[in-house]
Amino acid sequence: MSFDILPQALVNGLMAGTVLAVPAIGFTAIFAIRGYPNFMIGAMATIGAYAGWMANSSAGFSLWAAVAVAFVAAALIGLVTEKVAVRPLEASGALTMAIASLAMSIVLENAIRFFFSNNLRGFDTPLERDVVMMGIRFGPQQLRNLLIALGIMVAIWAILKFTRFGRAMRASADNPDLARLKGVEPVRIADITIAMAMGLCGLGGALLAIDSSVDPMVGTRLLLSIFAAAVLGGLGSIPGAVVGALSIGIIEEMTVAYLAPAYRLAISFIVIILVLTFRPQGILGAKVR
Amino acid sequence: MLTYIVFILTIAAIYALLAQSLVPIWGQTGMVNLGLVGFFAVGAYASALLTRDFGWPVYLGPIVGLVAGGILGLIVTLSTLRLRDDYLAIVTLGFAEVVRIVASNEIWLTGGTDGIAGIPGVFERGTGLTFHVQFMVLTTLLCLVIGLLITRLVKSPWGRVLRAIRDDQIVASVAGKKVVRFKAQSFMLGASIAGLAGALYGSYISYIAPDLFLPLITIYVFLAATAGGNTRALGATVGAYLLVAWLEISRFIGEVVPVLSAVQIASLREIIVGLALVIVLRFAPGGLFKEKRQKAPVT
Repeated sequence: MSFDILPQALVNGLMAGTVLAVPAIGFTAIFAIRGYPNFMIGAMATIGAYAGWMANSSAGFSLWAAVAVAFVAAALIGLVTEKVAVRPLEASGALTMAIASLAMSIVLENAIRFFFSNNLRGFDTPLERDVVMMGIRFGPQQLRNLLIALGIMVAIWAILKFTRFGRAMRASADNPDLARLKGVEPVRIADITIAMAMGLCGLGGALLAIDSSVDPMVGTRLLLSIFAAAVLGGLGSIPGAVVGALSIGIIEEMTVAYLAPAYRLAISFIVIILVLTFRPQGILGAKVR
Repeated sequence: MLTYIVFILTIAAIYALLAQSLVPIWGQTGMVNLGLVGFFAVGAYASALLTRDFGWPVYLGPIVGLVAGGILGLIVTLSTLRLRDDYLAIVTLGFAEVVRIVASNEIWLTGGTDGIAGIPGVFERGTGLTFHVQFMVLTTLLCLVIGLLITRLVKSPWGRVLRAIRDDQIVASVAGKKVVRFKAQSFMLGASIAGLAGALYGSYISYIAPDLFLPLITIYVFLAATAGGNTRALGATVGAYLLVAWLEISRFIGEVVPVLSAVQIASLREIIVGLALVIVLRFAPGGLFKEKRQKAPVT
């Protein structure tokens, strides 16, 4: 085991983890407010990647604007799909909603495949030299992604902490019945949560795609890491999702550096199993049954 | 044409086994196995490798699949059964992804994305139609036997406990039932049936690769089980035959619509299957063969 690559792997892991935190927050927020795992997140990441790519390469938007388009597109498509296909199943229970969300993710991913085929595409990114500081390389695009992800996290924190909506959202995560008694409108909270979470997944997918490629498998590549981040941090805990995502980012990069690159995702699964076996509430989650 | 029909009937019986595997897990116990295709794949790979590379007798293949599915079912559920049911959904979905990753990357063992070719058939492959008929009879018989077994188990006191857990876990545990143990048994039963189906599948078509085990298969089987009725082996079986009929019919429709490319036709079929599952879940959740009300015994 060589230690020369350790600092680089750590930095890569932190940067990847920060980007991963964006969709992980989305997944965990839906779990907290709606009480079921929504598997449309992968499809939303793919949709975000394609929406951002179209804005960037066809409409000539800057990368920053393209990322915003990714958020809006995934938020809208995600909300409509959830309201039409998943939410009406609420009475049948959380598992039925989870199954329906998986079915809809297949539908949406194939809709993308229908219109765009399986070809790989790429964002229009300028060729830039890596910045080297203290022997560690930073890709300029990675740094921009990092900035966007950090900006998003600060924004979410501020919304949850300081706005009326944020308080209402935290209240309904804590105790939905009490929140309803206090005049919090459950449908509105659900709508905003879903739209925001799906938008975050779209944005995360776009950020990942800027750094790699745009293809129908973008979401599938993210899925396990998102699960692992959310479970490790404690399902339903937003700060947990951030901590979990950073840890998963580092763990995955360590795997790439010291084990085998192909096992980056398998490691995530092992983390999920270990966490659920020994500490199901994760790092920051509430105690679970 | 005759060979084609026999082929479809064999595939349908294999799908029927997969759909039956959801009866104990989902229909009776109310757990979800979103990694169904992972157990299917594990059964296929385990039996293919042991019979092709390690010289195990071919008739042991299906048994290997059965055992491999059961063991992995236990491993996957061990960590989550004490938790809320949605954790199991996440873990099983992740499990199927990992199976595909491992199968694609452990090239020395699984051939990577090229897959495994030349898997020995349970019957002599060179006999043309006879081979297909033999396989159809075998899979259909197994489907029948396992269907009857599940039906018997569902009616037994064991099945009653499963339904009690499904309807109210707390009441079941207050009644002194070891909820976790029953759930693990039920999940293992289903997972082994899926593994058996995988072993039969590999042995029949002689070739497996990670691309054959996409999450889409899980959705197919959920659609089959839901449409037919997920609480009864009969319902799941009928659902699976209907599903395979639809998949084949839509293949022909695709061929006569020339404007669409092959990728587009494939994606359209998958869109329709996904939408159909959501629609059935919403408007016909009991399926064709609904659960029979059990009368309380007169005391």
